[in-house]
Amino acid sequence: MSALTPRAAPASAPTVRRLRALARAELTLLGRNRSAVLTALLVPLALPFTVRPAVDGIDLRAEGLNLGTVTLTAAIGFSLLFAVYTSLVSAFVARREELVLKRLRTGELGDPEILVGTSLPAVCIGLVQSLVLSAGCVLLLDAGAPQAPYLTVLGLLTGLVLCAALAALTSAFTKTTESAQVTALPLVLVSMIGSGIAVPAQILPDRFAAVCELLPLSPAIRLVGGGWTGGLSTSEALGAMATALAWTVVAVFAVRRWFRWEPRR
Amino acid sequence: MDTNEHEHVIEVTDLRRVYGGGFEAVRGISFSVARGEIFALLGTNGAGKTSTVELLEGLASPSGGRVRVLGHDPFRERAAVRPRTGVMLQEGGFPSELTVGETTRMWAGCTGGARPEAEALALVGLAGKAGVRVKQLSGGERRRLDLALALLGEPEVLFLDEPTTGLDAEGRRDTWELVRALRDSGTTVLLTTHYLEEAEGLADRLAILHEGRIAASGTPAEVTADRPSRISFELPAGYFPGDLPPLAELGVCGHEVAGRTVRLHTRELQRAATGLLVWAGRAGVELRGLDVRSASLEEAFLSIAREQRPTAGAAA
Repeated sequence: MSALTPRAAPASAPTVRRLRALARAELTLLGRNRSAVLTALLVPLALPFTVRPAVDGIDLRAEGLNLGTVTLTAAIGFSLLFAVYTSLVSAFVARREELVLKRLRTGELGDPEILVGTSLPAVCIGLVQSLVLSAGCVLLLDAGAPQAPYLTVLGLLTGLVLCAALAALTSAFTKTTESAQVTALPLVLVSMIGSGIAVPAQILPDRFAAVCELLPLSPAIRLVGGGWTGGLSTSEALGAMATALAWTVVAVFAVRRWFRWEPRR
Repeated sequence: MDTNEHEHVIEVTDLRRVYGGGFEAVRGISFSVARGEIFALLGTNGAGKTSTVELLEGLASPSGGRVRVLGHDPFRERAAVRPRTGVMLQEGGFPSELTVGETTRMWAGCTGGARPEAEALALVGLAGKAGVRVKQLSGGERRRLDLALALLGEPEVLFLDEPTTGLDAEGRRDTWELVRALRDSGTTVLLTTHYLEEAEGLADRLAILHEGRIAASGTPAEVTADRPSRISFELPAGYFPGDLPPLAELGVCGHEVAGRTVRLHTRELQRAATGLLVWAGRAGVELRGLDVRSASLEEAFLSIAREQRPTAGAAA
């Protein structure tokens, strides 16, 4: 019966080990969900090329852009929206409805750890995908070297964090994995049009562009693109960072307030 | 360690839980569980068993009253309590696309000082199932996987919400044996069940929940001792209830007549039965369908479940 004897005062597992265990299971699950794999991997690879006809008629040079940087910005934006945001909305809803989140909360993981561990695979895929797409745009489309790489990196990281937080928030208003296709749509569409992903922000009408700068993913995309072209002034970069920070704070607060750990009965 | 061997591992004081819609599922219950004890919460569906256990597990905070597990508030002091408890929820909680082995590995990675994964699976008889997807398991196998993961961290306190629902007779017996062995090696177990024989055979002490309140509690013997015994029979032809000897003199504390069937309730079974049989003998009549039975847990449970509280209602 020694196998059954309870220990006196067990230490809990270290956070890194717990996150790795959870992320590994989540990655396995992602790999077994064919439609999730398609959304996460193929859409961000295919969609950037649809941008080309849209920008063909525009004098990019006048805006300080070229096809490489426009495609690169679009590619990273699509990666954030589909590999990270959309796929995480489904993942959070699926885990909640299977009572996995509830069961996890009975264990040693803290609530933030559960959210981070579940998000990790999608966030890592988004990161790797962004790096691969950037390299592709540099090699194939002459995007050139980034002028202010730290801004691009900063934009990418805030975009990843914000997309994960917004996915958790969206899942709170999503009943089933099927309806996740619909509830994820508003942010995807608004971001594609207004945040400089499918349409470069520089070619939007000025007054409209000023409003669009305040959309959740706009600062991230602006920092990614501006960091690459070097077209952002210090004040513009600081403004974008402040907006990104504000959205992150709001999103984290909203997740704490509204995230649902159990299905509605 | 901040707890000694003899104090109460679980302490519940005037616990209340009101849901968002105003439904009061738990209406002020108190009990305590000592170290190394098996305590059963027994009740019909909707009696408030799961609502109570979730508060003990720290999944929600009470609307009123107090819970202490190992001396801590399980909701607010989660990090202090979780490494020392094991939980088996009433249902589900595992991604259906993972295999048994992958699920166990994931839980082991999230559990401090976890026992070897193979050992945990062997304890519940799932040793050969590591490669099987969770969705392909039977309902009973899923319950056993849940139990294996609850045991993974070798917990001091184990919460089991309906651990044997969906298990066949053999699986149920195996689980009972395992729970007893855990108790004998010092684990404190709180379980819920709606199986009477499970509570009677397994629990050191139990509480019967009814409409969010504790209707009876104690050892199984104490709970049944509180309940009146029962004598039932058919009135012989030509006799009326008024022809029976005065019931109070027989020690009968209540009676019902339905058609020709008479049911007497008594706390002095021998005296009531003797009086009745002496009367029948003198009158020279046969009492058909005579049934004399001392109180059982089932009796206690059913009579509690039948009780309707005039004040009961969803309003809160």
